[in-house]
Amino acid sequence: MEHFLSVEDLRVHFKTADGIVKATDGLSYTLDRGQTLGIVGESGSGKSVSSSAIMGLHAGTTAQISGSVWFDGVDLLTLSQAEMRKLRGKEIAMIFQDPLSALHPYYSVGKQIAEAYRVHNSVTKKQARTKVIEMLELVGIPQPDRRFDGYPHEYSGGMRQRAMIAMALINDPSLVIADEPTTALDVTVQAQILDLLQNLQKEFNTAIIMITHDLGVIAEMADDALVMYAGRAVEYGPVSEVLTHPEMPYTWGLLSSVPDVTADTDARMVPIPGNPPSLLNQPPGCAFHPRCVHSSKVPGDLCRTTLPELLEGPRGGGHLTRCHLADPEQIYETQVIPEIAPMQAEER
Amino acid sequence: MAEPHESQTEPAADNTVPAGDVAAGPSLEELLKQSNKPAKFDPDAPSILTVDNLEMYFPVRSTGVIRRKIGDVKAVDGISLSIPRGGSVGLVGESGCGKSTAGRAITRLYKPTGGSVKFGDRDLVQLSNRELKPLRRDVQMIFQDPYSSLNPRHSVGAIIGAPLRIHNMVPKNQTLKRVQELLEVVGLNPEHYNRYPNEFSGGQRQRIGIARSLALQPKLIVADEPVSALDVSIQAQVINLLQDLQKEFDIAFLFIAHDLAVVRHFCPQIAVMYLGKIVEIADRETLYSRPNHPYTQALLSAAPDVKQAAIGGRRERIRLTGEVPSPINPPSGCRFRTRCPLAREICAKVEPPLMQIGPHHKVACHFAGELGNQPHDPVTARMLGVDNSGNPDPGATPTQIEDSPEFSDVWFDLKERRTVKP
Repeated sequence: MEHFLSVEDLRVHFKTADGIVKATDGLSYTLDRGQTLGIVGESGSGKSVSSSAIMGLHAGTTAQISGSVWFDGVDLLTLSQAEMRKLRGKEIAMIFQDPLSALHPYYSVGKQIAEAYRVHNSVTKKQARTKVIEMLELVGIPQPDRRFDGYPHEYSGGMRQRAMIAMALINDPSLVIADEPTTALDVTVQAQILDLLQNLQKEFNTAIIMITHDLGVIAEMADDALVMYAGRAVEYGPVSEVLTHPEMPYTWGLLSSVPDVTADTDARMVPIPGNPPSLLNQPPGCAFHPRCVHSSKVPGDLCRTTLPELLEGPRGGGHLTRCHLADPEQIYETQVIPEIAPMQAEER
Repeated sequence: MAEPHESQTEPAADNTVPAGDVAAGPSLEELLKQSNKPAKFDPDAPSILTVDNLEMYFPVRSTGVIRRKIGDVKAVDGISLSIPRGGSVGLVGESGCGKSTAGRAITRLYKPTGGSVKFGDRDLVQLSNRELKPLRRDVQMIFQDPYSSLNPRHSVGAIIGAPLRIHNMVPKNQTLKRVQELLEVVGLNPEHYNRYPNEFSGGQRQRIGIARSLALQPKLIVADEPVSALDVSIQAQVINLLQDLQKEFDIAFLFIAHDLAVVRHFCPQIAVMYLGKIVEIADRETLYSRPNHPYTQALLSAAPDVKQAAIGGRRERIRLTGEVPSPINPPSGCRFRTRCPLAREICAKVEPPLMQIGPHHKVACHFAGELGNQPHDPVTARMLGVDNSGNPDPGATPTQIEDSPEFSDVWFDLKERRTVKP
């Protein structure tokens, strides 16, 4: 079956004075209309870089991009800048993390949103204004006709993010890339924005790529989850599979390092030791092995020498894992769960 | 191929990341072996710091030459709490609720405009800067952003050594030794004292900030969002470190954060703030399992939960509309009423007092009650001397409700609507 978006072996490398930074190294995933893909990872795992590559935002930098990004039957990486400009903002739109720096402080919010509309549609200023006000109302900004002429500094954080969403959705794009859309917001506002995105997705049948480091957001929003580490996908599959039966020690670590509002408070948190690796000088073999507490269970020094393939695990169902462990399911059940959720383990 | 990532304790080759956070000295390993559990709530613990009715107002001035004062930003408007010796109290709330300002007012980075902060028998609010200097040794702060809170032009040794020098803690020739000890305590390589902050990762920088705050052997640390700027996998490392240090050195913590789960993990007692006021304060178990204030209930319900993946989709949550109003002109009566699903006439007219409703539980709401079990008429009407819609009731006699920092042994029972004494 042809997927709406299909990223194949995407590589984004940057040439620097110190060597080649492999920000994204062989990333593949697919996404259909009306679906949400959640990409999780720590800072520097390549999640934002790979998405900017889809948008064609690395033009004019030292980035060397290879692979292919099939979007509705077209390989975006082969398009010229002019062709890309026609798609960008119309078919593919992006919501950035920090709306204060993504919005221009000098122009009124309405004007900036109208620009996105007028570039792709031949309409008069007046028509654009009507459309923008309609859009501002849709995203829940009170008094949209007065707010149209407001400047970004006059908006609160949540309202700015709403305005960003209005700007991204004004041309009814078929793919929205949301790069940490709620990280800068408070929980109550975050819940409002996530509701809004979900409702708009239902209405317009949009495909969403949701980039975040918050597993909770992924659990509530995404259909598929992709866990990235050091520029590669380490675990990929339906979100219910990945979060309830994770098979990769890095995902275990991510789950155990977030305290849970229902967890046993006597239990110590179990952090992932060490720091994320430098993308300049990645460890050989599995990039996670220097921080992995389970690598001793793999015979020989496979972890240190050979990069594991991203393969479907024993459970099937499109759940792919990049790990040498022979029986991750059993280790997770018997060792990891008792450590991160003792009460839950007893129930099982 | 060489294995640069094998030996994390050694300074790695030039272009790799600085040595990892795992570079723990023996003392930390010893600490970790004890596997300290998070602090438990001890109601009888003696208080080390008592905040009583603390107010921090910032003047708002008009534009123009004269710059008349035209109002106040009531960032902190009368909060009271008490921090037990060696214990920790959490302060949570959304941005703009005044939690950071409260922390800064307590450490006297701001001069509070009212109330008192008793540390031992001294009131930190009344002291002059000169009188404060010896007390600064006992009250230290950890900042949120490990990038802007370390001077990029000072070496780590200079940063951690500065408090030692200023307070004459150790003879000059011993400073380096003490700095190295501190680096070891927080799990950094002691040989790295001559490196600069930019050579460290975010988690390591936060450890440097922690080492600096430990240098003076404080009795109280105000930690203002100590982990929110860090990556998820690093957050747990820093939380564990703080927990170990708390046990080891018997330090009390005021832990300010917006992440309810982190606060729950670290603090046995938690206060929820909204627009400069404490709306609910309770021990951990009560606050998380039986919150009585609609704002606490909404906050808990809004936090996304990993476990939703198993159930599928998003659960029903209490939706708050809008955002926190401006503290320059807060809503009349109850400050939360503009976003509250329960708000009624009385809420706009009378401000609900922070009343004690359980052994270690105080709440400020006219309709306080567990989720789904809220009363139909205001519980506070009688004690405030008003009728159910908030108009003064000449027949009623208002009871004096005092907002003391400590918990009392009599409280108001919500079900029976009377004061009980067990």
